[in-house]
Amino acid sequence: MSTTLDAGHVPAPRELTTNPRTSDKIFRGVVTGFGMTALLILTLIGLFLSIRGIQTIHMQGFGFLTRSNWEVVQTDAGTTYNLGVGAMLLGTVLISIIALVIGVPLSVALALFLTFYAPARIKTFLVSVVDLMAAFPSVLYGLWGFFVLMPLATYWGKLLFKYLNWIPIFDAPQYFFERSPFIAGVVLAIMIIPIVTSVAREVFAQTPLDRIQAAYALGATKWGVIKTVVFPFGNSGLIGGAMLGLGRAFGETVAVYSVLNIVFKVNIHILYGSGGNVASMIIQKWGESTGGETTALLAAGFILFLLTLLVNLGANFIVRNTLKSGK
Amino acid sequence: MTDLAYDTVKPIKPWKATGKERITTAISLLLALVLAGVAVKTTGLSGKLGYALSFIIFSTLFQIVVSVRKFGRKALGDSIATSLVYTGATLTFAPVVSILFITLKNGIAGLRWNLFTTDMFNASFLDPIGNGGLLHALLGTVTLILIAMVISVPMGIMTALYLTEIRGKGSNLIQFVVQAMSGVPSVVAGLFIFTSVILLTPLKASATAGGLALTVLMIPTVTRTAQEVLLLVPADLREAGLAMGATQWKTVATIVVPAARNGLITATILGVARIAGETAPLIFTIGGADKLNLNPFKDYTSAMPFYVWKGLTLGTPESIQRAWTGILILLILVLSLFTVARTLGGRRMK
Repeated sequence: MSTTLDAGHVPAPRELTTNPRTSDKIFRGVVTGFGMTALLILTLIGLFLSIRGIQTIHMQGFGFLTRSNWEVVQTDAGTTYNLGVGAMLLGTVLISIIALVIGVPLSVALALFLTFYAPARIKTFLVSVVDLMAAFPSVLYGLWGFFVLMPLATYWGKLLFKYLNWIPIFDAPQYFFERSPFIAGVVLAIMIIPIVTSVAREVFAQTPLDRIQAAYALGATKWGVIKTVVFPFGNSGLIGGAMLGLGRAFGETVAVYSVLNIVFKVNIHILYGSGGNVASMIIQKWGESTGGETTALLAAGFILFLLTLLVNLGANFIVRNTLKSGK
Repeated sequence: MTDLAYDTVKPIKPWKATGKERITTAISLLLALVLAGVAVKTTGLSGKLGYALSFIIFSTLFQIVVSVRKFGRKALGDSIATSLVYTGATLTFAPVVSILFITLKNGIAGLRWNLFTTDMFNASFLDPIGNGGLLHALLGTVTLILIAMVISVPMGIMTALYLTEIRGKGSNLIQFVVQAMSGVPSVVAGLFIFTSVILLTPLKASATAGGLALTVLMIPTVTRTAQEVLLLVPADLREAGLAMGATQWKTVATIVVPAARNGLITATILGVARIAGETAPLIFTIGGADKLNLNPFKDYTSAMPFYVWKGLTLGTPESIQRAWTGILILLILVLSLFTVARTLGGRRMK
């Protein structure tokens, strides 16, 4: 088909419009729909688990959060439950803090090494190794933690007890140092190193180069530059990274279960072999649980979900603000 | 032509260690080795670890003394910091080396051909490793991964497209949600599928339920990687497409996505590597069978991490041997996925 144009006849210009075509409308609709599923899933997780949470609070009262016993008594009249996750919550926080105290300085050292000290040739390889650490299955950390790390860490625990037992948290009511919160903390510290390191590296890499060079030009040593330029600049980013690590540590299940002796009793003696962790407690009690106990375990999962959600949102907020300010 | 004698100037390399400095370093390292030996003999420190620890302390001390004598007091902080950084970096790599070495050593001892040809239906975990195998777990993991992939790859990529191409009003919110989702503990994902799917729908504990739980964990990984990759596609390409009169749909489908194809495959593989080793969500969702089950919708199934977990918790020498061998196979799987993702992505790390 060919169109001929008369000299005097000018075709009317195409209508200009900002309205998307039908195909684009469908495309945008579909993609937006898929984009919203993430929100939907997160909401559903919160919704379904919060129902169990409310049921449990209804059954046990708010003491569920503070009590530290887990008793299911079966009689002819029925089953009575006396459940509480107080010790487990406290234990989770305690172990995660130990993990941070050990893991964060190591991660910062590693990130400094990778950013400022490592020769370019081995740097790429080492970065891959750190990323690989994040991909190790957690059950592998559990196996390794139980058979390799625990004998070592028990010995370190005994040494700490021998020399530092005048500090209350390093004291122990009995001479029993295996499967202690300290050991679980060491395993968790190793597990959070990759995430904290990668955030720290990202933050360090954002330090404005001109300020680094200005510091060198003023005669600063490498440490001087790090102390006066890199750290002040990346401070809040590091805090955010540590919080991301904390979120990871809160939710870790299998590895902690392998190396921790779960006891429903508040214990702040970190070297003593008795501790708690919400996630591990859930899988420990899951097998034989029925009825109200299962509901309570789901409620414990809800508490864990809320905790990690809060910590993660805070962390992401901080990290994003730092990274933005660098640009 | 004048005959000027040119002296070839030897470039000065002030950063290079001189012979004298090398000798000092060697001597101080030797001294540290000896002193560490003495320390292990005389104090409470013992074993290889005690030796390593005292060696690190002594060599650091010598290094500090040497550099302070050379550069003065200003070097004190710097050399302390340098040695701390090096020590810290070494300490973090020690577990990786140890984990790889131990897994290889313990895992190889249990490798038998029958592992890949039989399941555990006619054998017990307590039997010698020659009985039974992990075919059911291997195929179970493959099924779980396929189910999770079928759901989360389209979802993840679409969400990434929403964040990079549509950039609608909800972008900031979705970005936040995706980040929050990547922090959801794996045990919570399992509990969620248990209370929403297994308790409320006809679908009982099965590969599909397990796959759904893994989907929750996989979507954020795929989304975040895909988003990064899509952002790398130059804006010029998009504008060129639009300038040629293509609709946004055509531009995305025929230009943006093909341009990012390798990266999107990388995103998928990283997602798979993320979930392949997850144990906790499976405890609530797959039931844990000892028999090969290829029906993803019905009956219990098993998975590699679950097999390892079972071996570890049973705690007899035979079952633990099974666990080590299982984790070795799983680790090889994860490692190869990881390597493929890295090569394919070809991302030059900074």
